[in-house]
Amino acid sequence: MNKVYSHIESIVGNVISVKADSAYGELAEVATRYGNSLAETIRLDGEMAYLQVFSGGRGISTGDEVRFLGHPMRVSFSDSLLGRIFDGAGSPRDGGPELTDNLITIAGPSVNPFKRIIPKEMIRTGIPMIDVFNTLVKSQKLPIFSVSGEPYNQLLARIAMQAEVDLIILGGMGLKFDDYLFFKDTLEEGGALSKTIMFVHTAADPVVECLMVPDLSLAIAEKFALKGKNVLVLLTDMTNFADSLKEISITQEQVPSNRGYPGDLYSQLAARYEKAVDFSDAGSITTLAVTTMPGDDVTHPIPDNTGYITEGQFYLKGGKIEPFGSLSRLKQQVNGKTREDHRAIMDGMIKLFASYRDTLEKKSMGFQMTAWDKKLLKYGELFESKMMDLSVNTPLEKALDTGWEILGTCFEPRETGLRTELIQKFWFKGHSQNVPGTQD
Amino acid sequence: MSQTLGKVTAVNGNMVSVRFEGDVSMNEVAYILTQGKKLKSETIRIRANKAQVQVFEATKGVRVGDSVEFTGDMLSVELGPGLLGQIYDGLQNPLPEIAEQTGYFLEPGVYLRSLSRTIRWHFTPSAKAGDIVRRGDCLGTVPERTFTHRIMVPFGLLGEWKIIEIKSEGDYSIDEAITVIEDSRGNRKTLTMTFFWPVKRAVDCYAERLKPQTPMVTKTRIIDTFFPVAKVGTYCIPGPFGAGKTVLQQVTSRYADVDIVIIAACGERAGEVVETLIEFPEITDPRTGRSLMERTIIICNTSSMPVAAREASVYTAVSLAEYYRQMGLNILLLADSTSRWAQAMREMSGRLEEIPGEEAFPAYLESVIAAFYERAGIVRLSDGRMGSITIGGTVSPAGGNFEEPVTQATLKVVGAFHGLSRERSDARKYPAIHPLDSWSKYPGIMPAKAVEFAHNYLERSAEVGAMMKVVGEEGTSLDDYVYYLKGEFLDAVYLQQNSFDPVDASVSPERQKAMFRLVLRILGADLEILDKEGARGWFYELRQAFLDLNGSAQGTSLFNQSLSKIESSLAAKSPRYSAKTQQILASLE
Repeated sequence: MNKVYSHIESIVGNVISVKADSAYGELAEVATRYGNSLAETIRLDGEMAYLQVFSGGRGISTGDEVRFLGHPMRVSFSDSLLGRIFDGAGSPRDGGPELTDNLITIAGPSVNPFKRIIPKEMIRTGIPMIDVFNTLVKSQKLPIFSVSGEPYNQLLARIAMQAEVDLIILGGMGLKFDDYLFFKDTLEEGGALSKTIMFVHTAADPVVECLMVPDLSLAIAEKFALKGKNVLVLLTDMTNFADSLKEISITQEQVPSNRGYPGDLYSQLAARYEKAVDFSDAGSITTLAVTTMPGDDVTHPIPDNTGYITEGQFYLKGGKIEPFGSLSRLKQQVNGKTREDHRAIMDGMIKLFASYRDTLEKKSMGFQMTAWDKKLLKYGELFESKMMDLSVNTPLEKALDTGWEILGTCFEPRETGLRTELIQKFWFKGHSQNVPGTQD
Repeated sequence: MSQTLGKVTAVNGNMVSVRFEGDVSMNEVAYILTQGKKLKSETIRIRANKAQVQVFEATKGVRVGDSVEFTGDMLSVELGPGLLGQIYDGLQNPLPEIAEQTGYFLEPGVYLRSLSRTIRWHFTPSAKAGDIVRRGDCLGTVPERTFTHRIMVPFGLLGEWKIIEIKSEGDYSIDEAITVIEDSRGNRKTLTMTFFWPVKRAVDCYAERLKPQTPMVTKTRIIDTFFPVAKVGTYCIPGPFGAGKTVLQQVTSRYADVDIVIIAACGERAGEVVETLIEFPEITDPRTGRSLMERTIIICNTSSMPVAAREASVYTAVSLAEYYRQMGLNILLLADSTSRWAQAMREMSGRLEEIPGEEAFPAYLESVIAAFYERAGIVRLSDGRMGSITIGGTVSPAGGNFEEPVTQATLKVVGAFHGLSRERSDARKYPAIHPLDSWSKYPGIMPAKAVEFAHNYLERSAEVGAMMKVVGEEGTSLDDYVYYLKGEFLDAVYLQQNSFDPVDASVSPERQKAMFRLVLRILGADLEILDKEGARGWFYELRQAFLDLNGSAQGTSLFNQSLSKIESSLAAKSPRYSAKTQQILASLE
């Protein structure tokens, strides 16, 4: 085994070809004068094997040695991963020792749907726009759709810090170096680094390694989940992942389907997102990803395909989570069990907020504001500052109380469209003129 | 005939090239022997002594030089008693049994028998020795769940056969011989209760195909009244993500008046299938009082399962549907989503380096989609009984844009189009079927004139609504404004339906008729209305009463209360009806 080949036949982009006996998906090591790099067989044709070189094709010489390792891409799995930081090739980025024990294959088979269960536990994040209006559920896969420049990484880091999970795995793809440091520092300061594992590909790293990050992160997550841990996987930014796919498939001369993206973009994304799972008698994987929308266009192939795969999405716009368009498809599974007023507050406040937006439009067109409009304007402002602002950090029950307080400050009970029994029980009593029972 | 063998010469994703010796047929199944496993694949192109096969598994670890065995059979499903209530993957492997064997994951190379070998079925022969039979003829029956399952002569046996011997009434397992038949040349064949059928061929042993006539009642008002689906028809539901396609399909599969529902979850989220898997056994079928699962077969190939099997899953589903159709049953096949199926074709086409058509979909996309939907239909079987298949496919157009190739190819061949709109789902108007974009070519349960009459109000109301956005409420005449309110009213109380409300979720045709007439009495009336403010108030009040009515079972006190409230409100406006309106109302008596 481990035959060494000393002649590279062709070098196209990041892909080299070697006359060799290799298996599909096999890993090899290419020794260049700039150091060794891993490579993966991505195509076989007759006696020719095509390999994708992790560190890129630059500087590779036709006379470089290629050594096949006889196994596919693997990663070490053990508790000593905790607190460690790796790059997209699975090598340490933090100066710590290389881990080689208990190697597991990445990108394993899909979970049998029959062994999945209906998710039923909420994940508390302390962010009212999530907890109250679009509850995050254990084992959910949810992307944050946003435009470049929005504080999506800050949001992600905050959720990571506050979510009640056993383990956090951060997969960074095409991260700016300072974003990487931001994550590292935030987790360190929050004392969460010891339950975190990071696989980070920065924008300066070779593009092939970017493709490995989700598979590495999810393979590790899967193993921990099988050991009964509840794992939160953060992937940022999946748009970079999809763009890397595009880059590789174009250099491979594959027929592009839509805006240059390969025809299997949907399957590629689905294979990663569908790893989110709640095992019937073990742990779970919850996936939160960032998808930056090129040009704020939700019909762009990346967000579009993502939306069809994931269980909802959060829109991050203007530094706030938009109530419209954001959706957690699984929230119905859990928000009936939190507090009896949860669903009513969720629907009622959003309906009123929609009216507020209409009023804003009316106002900007110069129409006269009625008494009702003025109430809505006050409500909208309070809603934005006490609910939507990302700096608000409060448990769900407290957030619901805040909701009642905002309603109580702005409206008469009957103007809210909420059920009478809830109003009698929860109506905000701080303002004497609005006492339940005075309605009708 | 000796088995054809081959060797792997190239691997590209899940497409493998094989050099073979002997004969290979198109769509023949081949197994790739690698790392002690057998990976199932299907031949999709043959050139000289080179075949290209699509592998139904991840091809990790396959090497050039690995052996390949061709089976001589096309990709087939096994047909026989015991299919109902099963959960299969796209290749008809039973997922629960696979879970028992391999645990949480779907390991490549594990294939299991689709039907249970141990169950003994009570067979009652209906043919006797000496009878002449043809393919599709009934040999006897076994009870399966609530149905009488007909054991038939395999659909692939051409010509006339004489029954030499047939087992007497008794319990048999599927592998036991039940009859021996002989053709005119003296060739004998031993038959069991099951046989295989190649999925990509339509079952064609029936006397004739008939025109769709009877509507399939789904108990969803907007479908049954406005955009009906014929029993045996085809329809498609395109819509952007989050518009409620899957919920609509789930509701349909629960309430549709058909014998058997086959759900092909093709390339969609696993979570949604899980909901069906877990909830269906708990729900009672209103028709039989038994668990809904007993009349359901689920073919489940979710988005992360191998893509070639996704392509096959749709055919597996329709072949099972055809099998039960041959027993004279009515089958509804729901495919969610045909876009994923088309994408699977696109992936393979790309790997075959075919010249791409629009958006890189293969040029044969349209004919393949057409051929699939054409497998729906009502047929008269050779013994005079009728069997039917209705196909409902969802389409997930990229970016919610209906101009894309899959939606367009589908629209050409279906009989009804239920276009879901983002705008309506954002406004929480469910089901989000757009009443102005959608259409149906099938006759429904209501007189066509009445439906057209109501539809006019919707169109007119939308026009006025658009106009009002420009000129404001002040610039709209009272007449127009009333039109607008009537359209909104029809939308709110009739088109929208709450699928989570126990009463409103399913509305019987009789009740639909009565309610439709009531709505038309309001729409068609000349009302004494003085100003816009009053009109709006009056319609809102009426709407509230009508929604209460929708949510209460017939005969309850809330039902009667709401009804009399509506009647008295209407009477207060002293409605007058034109001769035409009266005629339409009379047609709904």
